Amino acid sequence: MAEDGIAMLESLYNSVESLLLEFLPELWVELILTAVQIVILVVVIIICVAFLTLLERKIIGYMQNRIGPNRVGPRGLLQPFADTIKLLLKEVIVPDRSNRFLFIIAPLLSLTPALATWAVIPLFPGFVIADVNAGLLYVLALTSLGVYGVILAGWASNSRYALLGAMRSAAQIVAYEIAMGFALVGVLMAGRSLNLGDIVTAQEGGVLSWFWLPLLPLFLVYFISGLAETNRAPFDVAEGESEIVAGFHVEYSGAAFAMFFLGEYANMILISALTAVMFLGGWESAFAGWTFLAGTPLEFLQAPSLAWLAVKIAFFLFCFLWCRATFPRYRYDQIMRLGWKVFIPVTIVWIAVEGVMVWLKVGPWSV
Amino acid sequence: MAEFQNFTMNFGPQHPAAHGVLRLVLEMDGEVIQAADPHIGLLHRATEKLAESKPFNQSIGYMDRLDYVSMMCNEHGYVLAIEKLLSITPTVRAQYIRVMFDEITRILNHLLWLGTHGLDIGAMTMFLYCFREREDLMDCYEAVSGTRMHATYYRPGGVYRDLPDTMPRYQPSKWHDEKDVARMNAAREGTMLDFIEDFTERFPVRVDEYETLLTDNRIWKQRTVNIGVVSPERAMALGFSGAMLRGSGIEWDLRKKQPYEVYADMDFDIPVGINGDCYARYLVRIEELRQSNRIIKQCVKWLRENPGPVILDDHKFAPPSRVEMKGNMESLIHHFKLFTEGYNVPEGEAYAAVEHPKGEFGIYLVSDGANKPYRLKIRAPGFAHLSSMHEMVEGHMLADVVAVIGTQDIVFGEIDR
Repeated sequence: MAEDGIAMLESLYNSVESLLLEFLPELWVELILTAVQIVILVVVIIICVAFLTLLERKIIGYMQNRIGPNRVGPRGLLQPFADTIKLLLKEVIVPDRSNRFLFIIAPLLSLTPALATWAVIPLFPGFVIADVNAGLLYVLALTSLGVYGVILAGWASNSRYALLGAMRSAAQIVAYEIAMGFALVGVLMAGRSLNLGDIVTAQEGGVLSWFWLPLLPLFLVYFISGLAETNRAPFDVAEGESEIVAGFHVEYSGAAFAMFFLGEYANMILISALTAVMFLGGWESAFAGWTFLAGTPLEFLQAPSLAWLAVKIAFFLFCFLWCRATFPRYRYDQIMRLGWKVFIPVTIVWIAVEGVMVWLKVGPWSV
Repeated sequence: MAEFQNFTMNFGPQHPAAHGVLRLVLEMDGEVIQAADPHIGLLHRATEKLAESKPFNQSIGYMDRLDYVSMMCNEHGYVLAIEKLLSITPTVRAQYIRVMFDEITRILNHLLWLGTHGLDIGAMTMFLYCFREREDLMDCYEAVSGTRMHATYYRPGGVYRDLPDTMPRYQPSKWHDEKDVARMNAAREGTMLDFIEDFTERFPVRVDEYETLLTDNRIWKQRTVNIGVVSPERAMALGFSGAMLRGSGIEWDLRKKQPYEVYADMDFDIPVGINGDCYARYLVRIEELRQSNRIIKQCVKWLRENPGPVILDDHKFAPPSRVEMKGNMESLIHHFKLFTEGYNVPEGEAYAAVEHPKGEFGIYLVSDGANKPYRLKIRAPGFAHLSSMHEMVEGHMLADVVAVIGTQDIVFGEIDR
């Protein structure tokens, strides 16, 4: 079923390509087709972000004994559009003594990397916008860029609350980037490739052959660092609602604020997707290799597909929201302590363990 | 290169963690607080002065608005002071009702404290859980007095009226069908005492739930243990009272040490902390929730078995019933006199204090024999607590200021008065 869909998409792609090749040079065709793919992907992500905000309000609402938005559209389904329209219609107030250029460009800087990283994420078998060999490095590079938006926003606002938020964010990112980077080194060693598609294929097989099991400590560290990277509770000190009001984006309003919002949620989806790709086997099916399923009506569950990736992403997104509803906020220095004194040592130790295992060819790494 | 200097930050009065209108001027070295200077007065309403120009009874309502999360306890202090000057004692049933509502108020206050303290530290779900329970108690307020918050229920000589025989019920609506309504009304079928009893059965389980979320939570402990430590000596020197004092390890509770009303007959314990930090005060207040629940249970039991008058039958202080007024000239005159000029209070002065949820709430009343107080002085517990702000947060980080504001459980209605 899923394969049929993919085959259809492929034939559509090929026919469009051959049609265009009759009129245009090859380079142009490639550019146009890639651009179309990018636009489709970005639109899908932005729609996902919109509904993620609704989902967040609904899920946290139910966790907190209330029902969440239910006024706009059937069961509140149109709420994201109402929010968007409201934000876009509001005036973007640029504070008098701010650095105007940086103030305007900061939200863009925080949104762009969150979207650009999607280029190397394999979405379903055979599809990735840019099949880069050093995909993992590209991911690392771009996810670290996001913090510049936060720092610039905090500095350009010329407000003390914003500055404190920016400072906190900068320190936090430095600490957690390292832990995240080390976690990725583990993935790279296990997958024997920097290409994300190859990493997914390396996890072929059922739920037990995914990397989460042999790399369990790295998996946990990566996801928690992901929480910290996206400034989500309980690591939301850069926003710190009750301490520094809204932190780095305290002076932002209207569309500029919406950009930060979009960036934050796009980052959440991104981190969930990355965790899914690197530790939960991306598009791979959880039931692959379960022979007793073959021939039953449930056989379709065994096929790798985009749906599997979506389910995994949804699971991590739910964890994001769950954490937000459950945990109190860390203090800024406690986050530092957790990052430097717990996560980094854990990842280093596990990389060493993994290295020795690979060298001795024992356990799941003996391949 | 310019020398680095501390910078000053204005925390409030419009700040999500300012608990109303606190304005803190913070002297900061990076994230570390060097000095904290609370500025008060933004909610000043001249309650003390207003009381001087009104007959005694008409100021009861102002007391509700002092600490607007523990309304009836404020009334209690004021009414006790008047009763002291008048040398009257309310009827026993009224005393039980007062004790019961004092404890209901204590739960109301502590729930709000727990919710906001949690919200300040980032555990926002606590806030909504606490408000779920508050709603039931607010309904009790409404059932006895007609308002959810500013009850004006206590009167010199007793309380305004006896507990109602029925609880208000939900009606089916567009949003709640018959089945929903039946579920929501399940506890409301009997009298108000049944409703309260049902609440006391449910409540300890809820407190357990709160504790599962917070008490052993590592983040919660990191945020509260050893934050804002006050030694027992300093706590006394700073004029602390209530949970702030008990959290530092001093066993002091007016309900035990100077029992008023029927607290002497009640069976309850005073929780005491050890470390004097935010966590100790958190544990003390959580335990107070359970103890208050115990007291309410005992009151419900007594009130069920002992009907009787709830206000003195002396129409110099308490209005006659409507029925009496219809046929009795003297009652009509009493009513008229009481609601126009009030009653005269013998010359003298009195200090009455109650164990308010936040600490010792005292009313110092001076009367020159007229129908209005000559002077009314309010001893608000929060004022003493807030004035220790600098001492509690010095050397801590910005996020801890928020935890300390939460643990002080301050409300500006009473501090600014």
